[in-house]
Amino acid sequence: MERLEKINNDFATLFREGQQLLREDCGDVMNRCREEAFGRFMALGGVPYKTEDYLYADTLPVFDRDYKVVLKHIKQGVDLNELFKCHVPNLETDLLLTINGWFVRENVVPEMPEGVIICSLAEASVKYKEIFEQHYNQYTHPADTDGLVALNTAFAQDGVFVYVPDNVVMERPLQVVNLMRANADLMSFQRNMVILGRNAKATILVCDHTLSDDAFLSNNATEIVVGENSAFEYYHVQNQHIEASQINSVFVSQKRDSRYDANVISLYGGFIRNNLFAALTEEGCECNLYGMYLSDKKQQVDNFTFIDHIAPRCTSNQHFKGVLDDAALANFAGRIVVRPDAQKTEAYQANNNLLLTDTAQVNTKPQLVIDADDVKCSHGATVGQIDEEAMFYLRTRGIGEAEARLMMMFGFAHEIVGRVKLEPLRAEIDDLVDKRLRGELTKCHNCVMHCKK
Amino acid sequence: MKGLLKIKNLHASIDGKEILKGIDLEVNAGEIHAIMGPNGAGKSTLSAVLTGRECFEVTEGEVWFEGKNLLELPAEDRAREGIFLSFQYPVEIPGVSTVNFLKTAVNEQRKYRGLPPYPASEFLKMIREKMELVSIDSRLLNRSLNEGFSGGEKKKNEIFQMAVLEPKLAILDETDSGLDIDALRIVASGVNKLKRPDNSTIVITHYQRLLDYIVPDVVHVLYDGRIVKTAGKELVAELEKHGYDWIKEEVNSAK
Amino acid sequence: MAKEQDDILNEVTEGEYKYGFVSDVETEMIGKGLNESVIRLISQKKEEPEWLLEFRLKAYRHWLTMKMPTWAKLEIPPINYQDIVYYAAPKQEAKKSWDEVDPELKATFDKLGIPLDEQKVLSGVAVDAVMDSVSVKTTFKETLAERGVIFCSFSEAVKTHPDLIKRYLGSVVPYSDNFFAALNSAVFSDGSFVYIPKGVRCPMELSTYFRINAANTGQFERTLIVAEEESYVSYLEGCTAPQRDENQLHAAIVEIVIEKNAEVKYSTVQNWYPGDKNGKGGIYNFVTKRGICKGENAKLIWAQVETGSAITWKYPSTILKGDGSVSEFYSVAVTNNYQQADTGTKMIHIGNNTRSRIVSKGISAGFSSNSYRGKVKVVKSCQGARNFSQCDSLLLGDKCGAHTFPYLEVANPTAQVEHEATTSKIGEDQIFYCNQRGISTEDAIGLIIKGYAGDVINKMPMEFAVEAQKLLQISLAGSVG
Repeated sequence: MERLEKINNDFATLFREGQQLLREDCGDVMNRCREEAFGRFMALGGVPYKTEDYLYADTLPVFDRDYKVVLKHIKQGVDLNELFKCHVPNLETDLLLTINGWFVRENVVPEMPEGVIICSLAEASVKYKEIFEQHYNQYTHPADTDGLVALNTAFAQDGVFVYVPDNVVMERPLQVVNLMRANADLMSFQRNMVILGRNAKATILVCDHTLSDDAFLSNNATEIVVGENSAFEYYHVQNQHIEASQINSVFVSQKRDSRYDANVISLYGGFIRNNLFAALTEEGCECNLYGMYLSDKKQQVDNFTFIDHIAPRCTSNQHFKGVLDDAALANFAGRIVVRPDAQKTEAYQANNNLLLTDTAQVNTKPQLVIDADDVKCSHGATVGQIDEEAMFYLRTRGIGEAEARLMMMFGFAHEIVGRVKLEPLRAEIDDLVDKRLRGELTKCHNCVMHCKK
Repeated sequence: MKGLLKIKNLHASIDGKEILKGIDLEVNAGEIHAIMGPNGAGKSTLSAVLTGRECFEVTEGEVWFEGKNLLELPAEDRAREGIFLSFQYPVEIPGVSTVNFLKTAVNEQRKYRGLPPYPASEFLKMIREKMELVSIDSRLLNRSLNEGFSGGEKKKNEIFQMAVLEPKLAILDETDSGLDIDALRIVASGVNKLKRPDNSTIVITHYQRLLDYIVPDVVHVLYDGRIVKTAGKELVAELEKHGYDWIKEEVNSAK
Repeated sequence: MAKEQDDILNEVTEGEYKYGFVSDVETEMIGKGLNESVIRLISQKKEEPEWLLEFRLKAYRHWLTMKMPTWAKLEIPPINYQDIVYYAAPKQEAKKSWDEVDPELKATFDKLGIPLDEQKVLSGVAVDAVMDSVSVKTTFKETLAERGVIFCSFSEAVKTHPDLIKRYLGSVVPYSDNFFAALNSAVFSDGSFVYIPKGVRCPMELSTYFRINAANTGQFERTLIVAEEESYVSYLEGCTAPQRDENQLHAAIVEIVIEKNAEVKYSTVQNWYPGDKNGKGGIYNFVTKRGICKGENAKLIWAQVETGSAITWKYPSTILKGDGSVSEFYSVAVTNNYQQADTGTKMIHIGNNTRSRIVSKGISAGFSSNSYRGKVKVVKSCQGARNFSQCDSLLLGDKCGAHTFPYLEVANPTAQVEHEATTSKIGEDQIFYCNQRGISTEDAIGLIIKGYAGDVINKMPMEFAVEAQKLLQISLAGSVG
C-alpha cells in the first residue's frame, strides 16, 4: 500500500516538524502523551485500513488528500455568531463555538453555578492542571489498538473543556457548535473533556457544521467522566457537507449509579466514523446509546460501539438505525463485553437498516463477548426494506405511495429520535429528519451557507 | 343513487392459484351487505382485491365504483374515491403517531378531491368528536400506530379511522374476530352511528354475532370463490343453525 | 439450591472422556517434520499420479508464505509444525478380506461402537473408517455400487476415479484458501469420496468415522462429496481420539458440490479428545468445510454436534450460487473445562432467491470459551435473498465465556437478513417449575439442555441423534451453575 505509506510518512514529517507549535500553548500533560501516542500510531501501521475494527470503512480515500493542518490558533476575521445561527426553537442553550477544532476565544462563557469550569482545553491544561492531569488521556485505553485515536492524542491542541463539580445541576443544556471553515482542504484534531463530579447533572448538544466547501477531515476525541450518581446526556447532530469526513471518538467512564444517555444523529457528511466507548466501571450504571443515520449519494457512516461491563448490576442499551439511499454505505460494529465479575448485567443491542437502492450497502457486526453467567444479553441486526404490508395499509387510507414511503422512513427513524429527552430538540430533529428524507436539506436549514458541492 | 359498487365475473389468483372464480355483486348506496362463508372461501381475498392489494392478480372481470373502473386505480386512489377497509389484522407502524398518520391521510384525500388541507385547529376538534363515537382513549392518538394496542383497541382504531375518513363504502373484514362482547358492541354501534343514506357497508364475517348488531339488508354466502347464495337477513339465522355444510352440499351436487 | 447445582456441575465437569483408550495396532509412521521430500514420500506411499503430487507441492509452497490466522477468539499455543508426524497408517496387508483384518483394529472400532462388520451393522448405514492417515474399511461398497453410488476412501478414488478427483479436488476449497487448507492440501492422507449420480437417492446413510490413534501424529483427511442433478445423500462424520497429554493436530477439508435440484445433508458428531479437566492435551481441530450449491434449487444442510477438541476452529460454509438454492446450518457446540471453540458458518448468497437459515446453540461450562462466528453475505447482483440467524448461548458456571460475532454484509436492497442472539443461564424459575412438578434439579437441567439443543439434534439422522444426545449428556450431564 504505497498510498498508505505516503500518508503515514507525511504524518511523521508533520509530527516532527510541528513539534514546537504543537507544544507551545499546551500544558505538560498533553505534551507528555504525544510521543508515545505517535509511536503507537506508527507501530499500529498508521491509518487503519481493512483492519478488523475498520474492516468495511474505506479510510484510504478519506486520508489520501492534501490537507492543511493549522497548528496555531487563528483569530477569525468575522463574527462567527453572526455567520452561523444554529437555533433550536424553544430550546434555551448556552452556546459555545469551535472553529476548525479550536475553541473560539471570543466565546462568551455563560454564567455558571459556582465551581463550574468552561474553557478551552489548552487553557485548562495549564490553568487547571490538577483536574486535567487526573483525567486527560485516562479513558482512551479501550482504543489502544486504534491508530486514529492515538493520532488525535499526538496532535490534539485544543477543544472544549467542561468541569461540573459535585452536587451541581446545570439547568440549561450546553450547545457546542463545531464549525469548519477554511480556504483550503483542512484537517483538524479537536480534543474535548467533560468531567462530572458526584450528584451532578449536565446535558451537552454537539452540532457539526461546515461553513465552506473545502474538504475537511476532523479526527476528534472526547473524554467524559460521569461521577457517582450523576447523569449526563450527550446529543450529537452531525450535519456537514459531502466533502467532509469526521472521526468522532467518545470515551465515557461511568462511576457508581451514574447514567449516560447518548444520541448520535448522522444527517449528512461524506465519511462519518463514530467510535463510542463506554466503560461501566462501578455498580449500578445505566448506559443508553442510540444512533441514527440517513445516508445517500456516496456517503459512508460507520458506527463502532464498545460497551465494557466491568462492574456488576449495570444495564446498557444500544439501538442504531439507518436508512441507506443511492450508493451510500453504512457499517455498524457493536461490541458488548461482560467481564467475569460483572454479574447481573443486562445488555441489549440492536441495529436495523433499510436499504432503498441496489447500490446502497450495509455491513453489520453486532458482537457479544460474555464472561459472566448471570446475565441477560441479546443483540439483533436486520437489513431489509420497507414493510409492504404497512405500505398497503397506509395506501388504503388514501396516502400516496411516495408519501407513505416517507412516513415509513420517518417512523423508522423516529424510534431513535424519540429517545431524545429534550422535547424542543426532539421536535427539531424530527423536523430535520423529515426535511432530510424529503431531500429538502443538505445542510441545517438555518445555515446561511449554501455549498456548491 | 343506485349501483355504488358493481362487480362482474371477478376472477383473481395468487401465485397462479385461483381464489376468486367469478364473483358477481352489486351494492347500492345506503345498503348493508353481509358476506359470509366458511374459512378459505375467498372472503378476505375479495376485500383485498377490491382495495387494490398487488399480490393478487385479477385475471378476469370488472369492478365499477360510482362509474369508475376500480381495477385501474392504485390502492390509494381507491381509498380517495371513498373505499375504506377495516383490516382483519391492522398493521403496526412503529414511530408513526396515530394523529400524524390521520392528518396525512385526511389531507391527502382532500387534496385528491381538490380541497385545501384541513385547518389544524379544527382538525383536532374533529378528531376528538370522532373519538367519542367509538369511545377510544385519546392517549392512543400520540402513540405509534397500532403498536402495542390490544386486539380490541386495534379494531376500535379501525372504526375510528373510518369515522374520520367518512368513506362511501366501508368493508369490514372480520372486524368481530378477537373482540370481546363489550368491544363488539362499541364497534358495532360506531358503525351504526356512521350509517347514512348515501353510504354503504360490506360486512365480511364468519359468524352471526356481529350481524346481531349490524343488521344487513342482503346476505351473500361465498364458497369456493363464488357467491353461491343470496338472500335476506333471515339467512343469517339459518346459517347459524345449520352451519355451512348444507350449502356446500347444494353446490357440490349441482356440479 | 445454588450449592446443589455447583455439586452437579463439578460432578459433570469431572466426567471422563470415554473414548480415550489407545489401540495396540502396529503402525507404520514416517519421521517427524515437514518439507518437500516428506510430501513426495507421502505421495509415493500412496502411489499417487504426478498431477496430485504437483497439487500438493503447490499447496505446500503457498503454505510457506502464509501465517496462521489470529482473528479467532482463541488462545492457540505456538504449534511446531516440524514436530508433527504427517503420515501414520495401521500396518495391514492390502486387499485382505474383512475376516483377516487385524483383530485389534476391529476391536477398536467395535469399542467405539462403529460397526464395520456388515452383518452387525445398523441397517441403512454404510461406513468408511479412517484410522490415523488411512481408510481401513468401507462397508456396503458393493450394495451402493449397484445404484451407481461411489463411496470409497479418497486414496482409492484417486486410483479408480482419477477424472472425478481431478475435476473436483480444490474446486470448492482452493489450496490457497487459508493456512490450514493449504497445509491439508499439501499433506492430506486419506478421507472419503462420495459420488451420487444423477437422479439417485442414496439408499442408505453414508458415514465416515475418523480415529486418531498414533501419538505425535497429525490427521489431515479430505472429504469430497459430489451430488449430481436430482440426487440425494445424507452423510455423517464422527471422530474420536485417545487421551494423550500432548496436543494433536487435526486439519481437515470437506468439499461438497451440489448440482441442480440435488440435496446433501452433512452431519457431524465431533468428539475428538478435549483434553483433561486441567486443559492438558486434546486435539486442535482446524477444519475447513465448504459446499457449493451449484445448480438451481440445490440444497445443503449442515448439522453438527461439537463436543470434543481442545480447540475448535471451524466454519462449515455454503456458497449459494444456483438460483433458488437453500442452505441450513444447525449447530450445538459444547465446551467444558478449558476447551475453546470458535465456530460458526458462512452463507454466501450469489444466486437469486437463495435462502439460508442458521441456528447455533452454544453451551459453555467450566473455564471454557465458546464463540459463534458467522458471516452472511449478499452480493450486489443477488435478488431476493433471505437469511435468518438465531444464535443462542447458554452459560453453565461463572468462569466460562460465550461470545457471538456475526458479520452481515448486504449489498442488495431486496435482501432480508436478520440476526438474533441471546446469552443467558438456565433460569432459576425454570428449574423451580420443574422441581415443583417433582423433577430433580439435575434432571431439570438435563431436560432444559435437551430442549435447548433439540432444534439441532432433531436435524440429525435418527441413529446419530441418539448418539449426539448421549454425547451431550456425557459432556455436560446436567451441569449448571
